[in-house]
Amino acid sequence: MTPAQAAELAERTRYRVIGAILVVLGIAGYLLFANGVSADLVSEFGMNASATTKLPDWIIPSYATATALSAICLFLGGFQLARGFGKWTNLVFGIAVLLFIFAFLTWATRDASINLAGMIKSALLRAVPLTLGALSGILSERAGVVNIAIEGMMLAGAMVGALAGSLALQRWPAEQFGSLSLWVGLVAALLTGAALALIHAVLSIRYKVDQIISGVTINIFSLGITSFISARFLQEFQELNNSGIFRTVPIPVLSQIPFLGPILFESNVFTYLTYILLVVVHVALFYTAWGLRTRAVGEHPKAADTLGINVFRTRYLAVLLSGLMAGLAGGYFTLGSVGRFDEGMTAGRGFIALAAVIFGNWTPFGAFGASLIFGFADSLQGKLAILRVPIPSQFLLMAPYISTMIALAGLVGRATPPAASGQPYEKQ
Amino acid sequence: MSAQATALTSGKPKPSTWQQVRETLGLPVLAFITALAVGGVIIILTDLEVLGAFRDTLGRLAPAGYTRLILSLVLALVAVGLYFGAERVLARVMKNPPYWQTVALSVLGGVGSLILAYFLLRSAGFDQALDAAQKAVSTAYGAMLEGSLGSLSAIVAALQSGDAEARRLAFYPMLESLVAATPFIFAGLSVALGFRCGLFNIGAEGQLFMGAIFSAFVGYSLKGLPAVIHIPLALGAGALGGAVWAFLPALLKAKVGTHEVINTIMMNWIAIRLSEWLLNGPMKRPGTANPVSPTIEASAELPRFFADPIRFHLGFFIALGAAAFIYWFLFRTTWGFEIRTVGANPFAAKYAGMSITRNYLIAFCMAGALAGLAGANEVLGLNHNLAVAFSAGTGFDAIALALLGKSHPLGVVLAALLFGTLRSGGTRMQNVAKIPVDIISVVQALVIAFIAAPAIIRALYRYREERRAAAH
Repeated sequence: MTPAQAAELAERTRYRVIGAILVVLGIAGYLLFANGVSADLVSEFGMNASATTKLPDWIIPSYATATALSAICLFLGGFQLARGFGKWTNLVFGIAVLLFIFAFLTWATRDASINLAGMIKSALLRAVPLTLGALSGILSERAGVVNIAIEGMMLAGAMVGALAGSLALQRWPAEQFGSLSLWVGLVAALLTGAALALIHAVLSIRYKVDQIISGVTINIFSLGITSFISARFLQEFQELNNSGIFRTVPIPVLSQIPFLGPILFESNVFTYLTYILLVVVHVALFYTAWGLRTRAVGEHPKAADTLGINVFRTRYLAVLLSGLMAGLAGGYFTLGSVGRFDEGMTAGRGFIALAAVIFGNWTPFGAFGASLIFGFADSLQGKLAILRVPIPSQFLLMAPYISTMIALAGLVGRATPPAASGQPYEKQ
Repeated sequence: MSAQATALTSGKPKPSTWQQVRETLGLPVLAFITALAVGGVIIILTDLEVLGAFRDTLGRLAPAGYTRLILSLVLALVAVGLYFGAERVLARVMKNPPYWQTVALSVLGGVGSLILAYFLLRSAGFDQALDAAQKAVSTAYGAMLEGSLGSLSAIVAALQSGDAEARRLAFYPMLESLVAATPFIFAGLSVALGFRCGLFNIGAEGQLFMGAIFSAFVGYSLKGLPAVIHIPLALGAGALGGAVWAFLPALLKAKVGTHEVINTIMMNWIAIRLSEWLLNGPMKRPGTANPVSPTIEASAELPRFFADPIRFHLGFFIALGAAAFIYWFLFRTTWGFEIRTVGANPFAAKYAGMSITRNYLIAFCMAGALAGLAGANEVLGLNHNLAVAFSAGTGFDAIALALLGKSHPLGVVLAALLFGTLRSGGTRMQNVAKIPVDIISVVQALVIAFIAAPAIIRALYRYREERRAAAH
């Protein structure tokens, strides 16, 4: 069998697998979420993410909706098996999964109500640090330097953000200077992320240390030094750990859009920065010369070198930018969320960001989508107990990791990293 | 060396035993000392007394003191310049500076200037601050030494007095270090075995958790078995748990080619969440709200050798046995040879007919089993139950161990003893000197960095490594 034929066979198998999964989703959807539900039960979804809008709740019949959604999944699966959606397969698959999840929500809220808009907003807020961390990973890995240290950079950014913000608050109180102290803290967090990234870059590019080892070193170092400084100073002197948080600022016209407005456009500066950076990084990576050079260095550094691109300088810059992103992500935990630093507060979210990078196929918007899914799973697991759904919440917490392994294994589509990712470049 | 012996080898004289020891131990020892020095600097810079003393002295410094301060800073810069640039200095004075003169100028000049600067600083009025700094470091590291090895005077007194309790208390630190080193031996062997096969086992932490879960389950659910059956069964269950957890990433790497680092990191977190669910649900001890498993049966506990408070248990010798077994396996069997070949050069191994898949699976599953034993050791020998987040990052420290020990079982055991000593000393350092134990993590990270990038150490101590080699 030639490679082309083998690839063709693999593709057809993948389509059949997806079709089969869709059929199973349709049948399971009916059996789990519609069967046995009495026809008069209704699901009530709150539509207001904030107190400013007054949309009425969305009330739908539970049985009918779940059955309809399952039927759609079944039909899509049948169509995929029979004729196939071709290059729309992935999109259709994504939509079908969304329908399945909505059927699940309908069943979970039968004869009850949840605030759907609130859940989506909570998912978005949880996705902000994941997206920023994922942008960090994308920038670095697209240039060929694996960045396992996102977690460490986030943690250090969080601590320095809180510390600098608190110190600045003492120096420039909020009554006279407004949120100046918060911006000072933010810049400090950015610089900390960049500093750690510089260490990572020097170790892995100049000294050619294995990039995983240097990443793990930075993680251990960051956890150690932040816990050390936190225990030495921040616990004793509470005024050093009290930075306050950025206020929520609604965008004038856009936040009036029904349902989506309060969710997307009534948030703090971190969310808005995330939107801007998503577009900026996407355009920069895929539509500028700098982005092309960076990606070239990550795919085939030797070819890029022969074209005259300075591989080392490109990688240094990419890793530094990656550090800035990770520092920003870390700043969110303190300056955008709680206003104080607790030891180890990132709790593995740097690794979920890494999972989002892989699951989103190393593209900014893909990673954003993945972060939204992971954020939604995170916000869902808190509600499961209230809704009396018999799934342990920890299983939902495992979802990002399991889905990343599935994506990496190529079960639902190949996740291909940049070709030269992970190998130090030797100039010859 | 005789000419005949030289002709038989590659042409270079075979290094003497002393040189071999210095070559293998040189870098790790220097890395460790430098890391401790940097740790000491961090301790000084974050000590409130020291900072306060410096600020006070700066506040009331006399004009004469200012000049001395500036002078001492200049001398410090001179010291650095002399240490790193002695050759350039001498080259301006004479044509071909002989080697010993360069060494003398750099070492004596550098150290001498530094000492002069120190005394100048003292006379400028900073003597209290400097004393406080010295006290901070000596209290910290003194407490660490006492916590890890015990105090000599206490040991001597206890031995002389003959009181059993006093003797136990005197020997407690040293034996506690051995207790702390035991999971490091297992986990370090796990990562080292992975390295030997060219695989990066970051998943030691998750495999540790699974081993702990499996062995705890066997420990508390099987009742009425004699210890001689229960203990091996529980240990075996722990090894099985770790091996099972390592199997999937190894299979994915061998079949699909996905990087085992990402997969094992994901498996780590899945294992942690899984343990959280189990300890809040099926494996939860009845009658308590805490997420903790039932206490294991007495027949499953690893026997301890001394009475309380000494916790030294059989696990240490099992770990040593595992190290010996891994040494024999890697260096004295064909399987081990194949694994090492695959690690050294997969293409050559494949050309020689060795199955890469099979070797990856064997190596990674054995590595998983070892990490699982680390978890089982903690459950069966120390805690006697399973609690959430019972492991303080042993799996990640194990990476440092494997690097420090150059992936050799003997090196790993020595490195694990060192780290166990550090950890148990760190606990005492936190209790007595009020220095957070996280400084140990910082020292560990620095050790990894220095070992992984030897050029840094060579740049710092260059007159000891490169110059000597060039002179020979």
